[in-house]
Amino acid sequence: MTAAVLAAQGVGFAYRGSGPVLADVSVEVTPGRGVALVGESGAGKTTLLRLLLGLARPTSGRIVFDGAELSPRDRAQMRAFRRGVQTVFQDPYSSLDPRQRVGRIVAEPLRSLGLPTTRPASMDEHVAAALEAVGLAPETARRYPHEFSGGQRQRIAIARAIVCEPRVLLADEPVSALDVSTRVRIVDLLAELRETRGLTVVMVSHDLAVVATLCQHTAVLEQGRIVEQGDTAAVLGSPRHPYTRRLIGSVPRLPHRPPANP
Amino acid sequence: MNPPGASGGGKKGGAGVLEVIGLTVRSGEGRALVSDLSFAIEPGARLGLIGESGSGKSLTALAIMGLLPAGMTVSGSIVLDAPGLARTDVIGAAERHLKGLRGRGATVVFQEPLTALDPLMKIGRQLAEPLRRVRGLRGAALRRAVVTALEEVRLPTPGRVAKAYPHEISGGQRQRVAIAMALACEPALLIADEPTTALDVTVQAEVLALLDGLVTARGMALLFISHDLAVVSSVTDHVIVLKDGVAVETGDVLDIVTSPRHPYTRDLVTSARRLDSALDWTHP
Repeated sequence: MTAAVLAAQGVGFAYRGSGPVLADVSVEVTPGRGVALVGESGAGKTTLLRLLLGLARPTSGRIVFDGAELSPRDRAQMRAFRRGVQTVFQDPYSSLDPRQRVGRIVAEPLRSLGLPTTRPASMDEHVAAALEAVGLAPETARRYPHEFSGGQRQRIAIARAIVCEPRVLLADEPVSALDVSTRVRIVDLLAELRETRGLTVVMVSHDLAVVATLCQHTAVLEQGRIVEQGDTAAVLGSPRHPYTRRLIGSVPRLPHRPPANP
Repeated sequence: MNPPGASGGGKKGGAGVLEVIGLTVRSGEGRALVSDLSFAIEPGARLGLIGESGSGKSLTALAIMGLLPAGMTVSGSIVLDAPGLARTDVIGAAERHLKGLRGRGATVVFQEPLTALDPLMKIGRQLAEPLRRVRGLRGAALRRAVVTALEEVRLPTPGRVAKAYPHEISGGQRQRVAIAMALACEPALLIADEPTTALDVTVQAEVLALLDGLVTARGMALLFISHDLAVVSSVTDHVIVLKDGVAVETGDVLDIVTSPRHPYTRDLVTSARRLDSALDWTHP
């Protein structure tokens, strides 16, 4: 088994003066094996994702990147981390700066990481390649976010995340703000990026169908604890924990036509 | 399980609670947001309105309530005919007249209960308002009615909820309160506009079951609006599919999710099926 790129080891998190949001959470991200963090509002999914992104520090336990504990003070490590782990947020309307052209938005990780491609021409090539990878024309770079629909904006956000060729993409409910047909197209895009770029997707979602389509590993969170985790097929196909069973049983399903002559 | 009697298309006459004929809503610039929409709902019947964002489904709900934003122009007719109230065409009716119709005639449960409830008023007082207005209750009788109404939507501690502000209870509890307020008006027609979209999936299942039971028990007509085919098909038998303000397909929900005819509906159903089928496990 390959070593984990990113892992939470016995992680706990609490805001000052209140009870724990996360307690003793361990989850591993290995290359090529998409991970889903599922659960309902308040379960601690987004908090866990923030810890995995290095945006907050765990109160107990540790976050490990490439075998070393993530430490925000270690600038060399954080640079390698930012290059290797990128993110996509839920709301494609608030996650893109409305006053910047798409090209500048997509190039932002290259600039802030000071990657050795800062020749303007080569920067443009990287942006065009990222836009092409998400199915957008190179001309997109000259336009502004408000000119695009929700699905296209989410493609722009994904282009920004993959422009520095990260190994892991952390996505917080990346399709839940989208209509169903757009949702399917973005799920297809993420699956394609997994195949073509070896991108490992870690996704926070309440949508079990999206998770089942995209991730091989599923961890179920309830009230800050992982109640069950393992192969998605096993967790969702034959859930052991009562909460997982209740979650799956609550998903509204499309009816099939009953057999003729009832 | 649902009584028959909801019909799409331009069926004329009959004893519909709601009869919409040729409803067209235009934006200030004259763009058609809803075009020539016709349907009818008979007493106690249910109709689903399916569409994606921008399809005009919420505007249809607002038009029925006479609550379209200023600047929009509306034509066609929307006739509400509730027991005990005069048969009224909402379009062109005076605001004074519409006020009497909202509540007893038709009422709405909106998607986001946090914005539908007044954040500065305790739940009990908000719920007392329709009870006082519609049923003329006062004092101790009113207080009892508030608790009964909260019990009816299966809130576990009605006394505590009545004393709480909206931000002090969960999203699912808030939506139950919104449903209790809608039911307190004893409407002939309940419009539910994406009532469970903001809720977690386990809470959604509970709220849908609650809504289903109460609508049946009260014999109310229901217009259920949603983007989610699976949710709509669990609540209604008959649906209209809206795209860009136009009804592209109307019929039995089972027919539509198993053999859609219009290309748009086919695309919608194919997408929904693809995600849905990911949950079909063949494993032991």
